[in-house]
Amino acid sequence: MKIDLPSGLVAVVKRDCPTCELVAPVLAELASRGALSIYSQDDPEFPEGLAVRDDRELELSYHHDIEAVPTLLRVEEGREVERTEGWHRGDWEKLTGLSGLGRDLPDWRPGCGSLSQLPEQRAALRVRFESDTLKARRIPLAPLEDAYEALHERGFSDGLPMVPPTPERVLAMLEGTTRAPDEVVANVPPDLVPCSVEKVAINAVMAGCRPEYLPVVLSALEAACNDDFNMHGVLCTTMPVGPILIVNGPIRQRIGMNSGKNVFGQGNRANQSIGRTLQLVIRNLGGGRPGEVDRATHGNPGKLGLCFAEDEEGSPWEPFCCDAGFEAGTDTVTLFTAEGPRCIVDQLSREPESLARSLAAGLRGVAHPKSVLGMDALLAVGPEHARVFREAGWSKSRLIERLIELLTISGEELVRGAGGIAEGLPEHLRGASLPKFRPGGLRVVHCGGAAGLFSAIFGGWAGGAMGSQPVTREIRP
Amino acid sequence: MSSGEATRYILDPGNESKPAVRRQLPRLPGLSGRTIGLLDISKARGDLFLDRLESRLQDSGANVLRFSKPTFTKPAPLDLRQQIAVECDAVLEALAD
Repeated sequence: MKIDLPSGLVAVVKRDCPTCELVAPVLAELASRGALSIYSQDDPEFPEGLAVRDDRELELSYHHDIEAVPTLLRVEEGREVERTEGWHRGDWEKLTGLSGLGRDLPDWRPGCGSLSQLPEQRAALRVRFESDTLKARRIPLAPLEDAYEALHERGFSDGLPMVPPTPERVLAMLEGTTRAPDEVVANVPPDLVPCSVEKVAINAVMAGCRPEYLPVVLSALEAACNDDFNMHGVLCTTMPVGPILIVNGPIRQRIGMNSGKNVFGQGNRANQSIGRTLQLVIRNLGGGRPGEVDRATHGNPGKLGLCFAEDEEGSPWEPFCCDAGFEAGTDTVTLFTAEGPRCIVDQLSREPESLARSLAAGLRGVAHPKSVLGMDALLAVGPEHARVFREAGWSKSRLIERLIELLTISGEELVRGAGGIAEGLPEHLRGASLPKFRPGGLRVVHCGGAAGLFSAIFGGWAGGAMGSQPVTREIRP
Repeated sequence: MSSGEATRYILDPGNESKPAVRRQLPRLPGLSGRTIGLLDISKARGDLFLDRLESRLQDSGANVLRFSKPTFTKPAPLDLRQQIAVECDAVLEALAD
């Protein structure tokens, strides 16, 4: 609160409000009977003949969240203890402790909107009264400089246009979280730079986020920046992987995420901009840029940002976040290191065993058909494939166990030279039988459109303690 | 501003603590009598490359110490970096497969 309230009664009014005009005689009566301070939002001459304080800058109105006029406050020792909005005789009499107020007036009239609440005014007021909460360096733009081009020229862009992070937009973004702007969210690799909520908000503006997406981004950044997920390694590998974000919980609907048709594709603002923000923070705060610490041979288009929601409602199984020990219904974000997706088509299997064999055949190719116990994978089962498992009563763990069995491969197929392919395992493993995936290295999520007997595979990266492990974090406001 | 309009700003999305210039350490005057660390990042066949470097460095009169990271997927642990800094005049790192 930048402006103290005078003790006693405080009225906030504007001339351009019929209800304020209506209660002017009541205000005169209150002024004559004791301590009343009147603040006018648009005309310090109103109400005429009374001592009126000028709030045309809307400082008091802004800091005390005045939503309508007239507002009548009762203040004790500088603190608001009671409030009423508009004109309601009973409420005014209760608040003031006086009876017989405004006998000639109707019993009740609604007020008008406070000028401090006008949508087009809010951003300017935030800047006027709160910009000292922003600590980031202000970069001035030259008079004729194009703000969009400036972001490219200063090296902040991932190659696509970005929204200029003005103080107005960043302050609006910060309203999306209860966290303080100066709270440090994580030390961002590769340079291990402490990253504040404000810095995340700046990058979220640039990526195109709405304020309500910010909590997802903050939790995703926490999930990325730790030794388990190993964002440094994910960034610097020559393999084409990046962090993909899977969101669970009611927040999916609250912020309008896509878990259905074209779930990995374009077209949904939340999906696109949340994933993009994480990558921008790693680029701009952490210093992780392609061709520098990012050594990817090919990369993949998902490295612009790949984020999607699980279809929990249509799933035969418990939500993805339960694999990490969270209760169903918890807002979470999980990071999984992976390439882009590829489709597995099976339009004929109506039995789970047959479909599992198709999926296993598709998974066999992750990294290389002879690669075992190396790379993890994420299997995204589509709704029409999931129906086959639902109708047969297959749990998610049963599906995974069967896939692991089907993908336990004879060393004869895996050794160097087998199949006429030099790549492979050392000859001494010829007699072994080895699983494609390490324990816990194959994960299953449910998403996609309702039509299409398809699933999708994300090839992962080196799993476990020596590589990257999926990390789930609860999303908090 | 000459135009009379208010200056427009954007907020810096990046790392404001990064030094503008990072000074390089002076080049070693020679290899003779110096201790050179060889850091194996634990990628396949990195040892072959470093074995060859070791013999070439020893031919030039350098002392060679060998180090290795636990895994190529993660940065070297702090204590390993500090050990190399204390024991060596310079370090060579084998990066590739």
